[in-house]
Amino acid sequence: MSSVEEISNPVVENLEEDGLEEENTVEEAEMEYEGPVKGGYIFYRDRKEWADLEPVPQDDGPNPVVKIAYSEKFTDVFDMFRALLKNDEKSERAFALTAEAIELNAANYTVWHYRRVLLQALDKDLREEMKYITAIIEDQPKNYQVWHHRRMVVEWLNDPSEELQFVAEILSQDAKNYHAWQHRQWVMQEYKLWDGELEYVEELLEEDVRNNSAWNQRHFVISHTSGYSAILEREVQYTLKQIKKAPHNESAWNYLNGILQDGGLSSYPGLLEQVTELQDTCSSPYLTAFLVDLYEDALETNSSSYDQQETLNKALELCKLLAEEKDTIRREYWNYVSRSLQNTYGSGDPVSSSSDPPPPSSSQQPDTEPSDP
Amino acid sequence: ESTYFILDIFSLKMIYSLQPTLLREQHYHYLKKGLRHLSDAYECLDASRPWLCYWILHSLELLEEPVPAAVASDVCQFLARCQSPTGGFGGGPSQHAHLAPTYAAVNALCILGTEEAYKVINREKLLDFLYSVKQPDGSFVMHVGGEVDVRSAYCAASVASLTNIITPTLFDGTHNWILSCQNWEGGLGGVPGLEAHGGYTFCGTAALVILGKEHMLDLKALLRWVTSRQMRFEGGFQGRCNKLVDGCYSFWQAGLLPLLHRALFKEGDSTLSMSSWMFERKALQEYILLCCQNPGGGLLDKPGKSRDFYHTCYCLSGLSIAQHFGNKDLHNELILGRDENRLAPTHPVYNICPEKVARAIEHFHRLPVPVQTGPTLSAMDQS
Repeated sequence: MSSVEEISNPVVENLEEDGLEEENTVEEAEMEYEGPVKGGYIFYRDRKEWADLEPVPQDDGPNPVVKIAYSEKFTDVFDMFRALLKNDEKSERAFALTAEAIELNAANYTVWHYRRVLLQALDKDLREEMKYITAIIEDQPKNYQVWHHRRMVVEWLNDPSEELQFVAEILSQDAKNYHAWQHRQWVMQEYKLWDGELEYVEELLEEDVRNNSAWNQRHFVISHTSGYSAILEREVQYTLKQIKKAPHNESAWNYLNGILQDGGLSSYPGLLEQVTELQDTCSSPYLTAFLVDLYEDALETNSSSYDQQETLNKALELCKLLAEEKDTIRREYWNYVSRSLQNTYGSGDPVSSSSDPPPPSSSQQPDTEPSDP
Repeated sequence: ESTYFILDIFSLKMIYSLQPTLLREQHYHYLKKGLRHLSDAYECLDASRPWLCYWILHSLELLEEPVPAAVASDVCQFLARCQSPTGGFGGGPSQHAHLAPTYAAVNALCILGTEEAYKVINREKLLDFLYSVKQPDGSFVMHVGGEVDVRSAYCAASVASLTNIITPTLFDGTHNWILSCQNWEGGLGGVPGLEAHGGYTFCGTAALVILGKEHMLDLKALLRWVTSRQMRFEGGFQGRCNKLVDGCYSFWQAGLLPLLHRALFKEGDSTLSMSSWMFERKALQEYILLCCQNPGGGLLDKPGKSRDFYHTCYCLSGLSIAQHFGNKDLHNELILGRDENRLAPTHPVYNICPEKVARAIEHFHRLPVPVQTGPTLSAMDQS
């Protein structure tokens, strides 16, 4: 199964309907077996080493729905898998079969669970398992089960020594693979492997300053090591530098906003000036939005450095500019921000919602609610 | 990262924009067939067959196409076979229980909405299953011995609230865990520390709504994040900042706006719009209708991608969200193209039709909340 560029579907991986060719390669091990089938592949139901086990067909019932037209190989392997499960068999042949089943459907979490049971029951070589899972992940890096399995093996071995390099290798093929980043963060936190990560993040940002995953990782590393208090100025300068290189990069603007939230945008000395200076060369809807955020913060904190009325007017003016000209796709949002600012900080008539006349009924807003159960 | 030609989108919009048409007939036949038979290309979803039921049934209900009683009954019997003896549903007969197919199965059964459908669910065992995947820190693993992420909280909250099995302790700590997933960007990641992502943000937010704790989020930051995910050229939504548009985010992302609207309203916000969700509804409908339809039926991620039932479900769900503002009392419809493009409204928390939510809640609330009987396995089974 191919996958898309991200876990676009959070629950299940994506599917391309024109499907994959099935790989009809013959595993080396099977060469030993006798069989009438030319080309080498013999169904499990025909193998003498499996003759004692009665395959268990899938119980879809008399009138199946969402019935998949499984290949013969698929049916054969999973019929045998069900038989093993039913007997709770814990053997080498069972272990070997899980690999076959995984190859046919790496998302079958029941098979993975069984493989882990066997790894422990048969006291299998976990170093070998690491090699195995490394290959599987390289082949199918957007699958949940493979990463979870790797995590389990790393935990059992209590050995994270290969992990950062491995994840870096996967990220070199897809720098935004969500599972990869998740695994990386887990390893770092679990085993306290923070050294060198900021440097790694900077390398990634050199390659692609728009890599939002890298910006997130930057935040992750700093939050868990030095924290932002001591190094805030360094981060602000770094971010402004990246903005100058690529002004239309939302990630950098979001990061700037994100790291200054706690202290307050309007309290940061010289920030308004630095950003206003960028307006000629680095103009973008993100810059304008940032100014709105800054002004809003000034209003909220009732900062004495800012004239409240003038700040409100500037903020409203920018919201209007964004809604009507620079960021029209977010028109509804910017108009809402305008109304909110006006309502909270304006003097005079309270602002009501939207230009539509109020509806006749007394309930003014839709109730999208699941009645509290 | 895959790329697509901006020209594709541009030219599609030019060519089809005269009268955007939802290809109802074609989608109906694609769905009708899929509900019975799927090609071997679907082997990779052999551990997600309740999902296939839900995606298809929900798409049909949005299209207001009835499901024949015989088919409905067959679905019930199939899902019954997917139910685990220890509670919850697996991806197929005899597979271990997993929160994702559990969510899908319960939703599918609620769409069917018959007594037979409701009766499939073993509520006592379902509660045991939920306890068995509950973690001390408030999170849930997706299945025994499985991974944690915010999807699990949503799946658990959804099925527990619909079937009325929420006990005083079931969701202890869950809202705090979910809140810790909100990051510096304003959206939520899959687990604390991760990048904000549309799918996970939806799951976390909807779960908090169910738990009545959505006000504890930084709603302003979340609103800013999600509205920023609508692509100014394509009209559709991206899943993460600086990534590509994808039709499925029409639901995961746009579906957040109704949730936030309600949350803000509950907080006393008097400046909310009374006619629209806070995103560009027309632009989203354009993207879906002009760029995400397969002429032979089914919907998709973006031009050049193949159709599948997952995208069919979520593109249609997003189209419904964009078309319908409000509820039965206060309703504003904005249908791009012909009236025939109109879909049924969908509930932004559960993503099944609102009437089905109401019926299910009504049915299950006549039954008492079960008592937890099984052990809590969380610390035990590590494999």
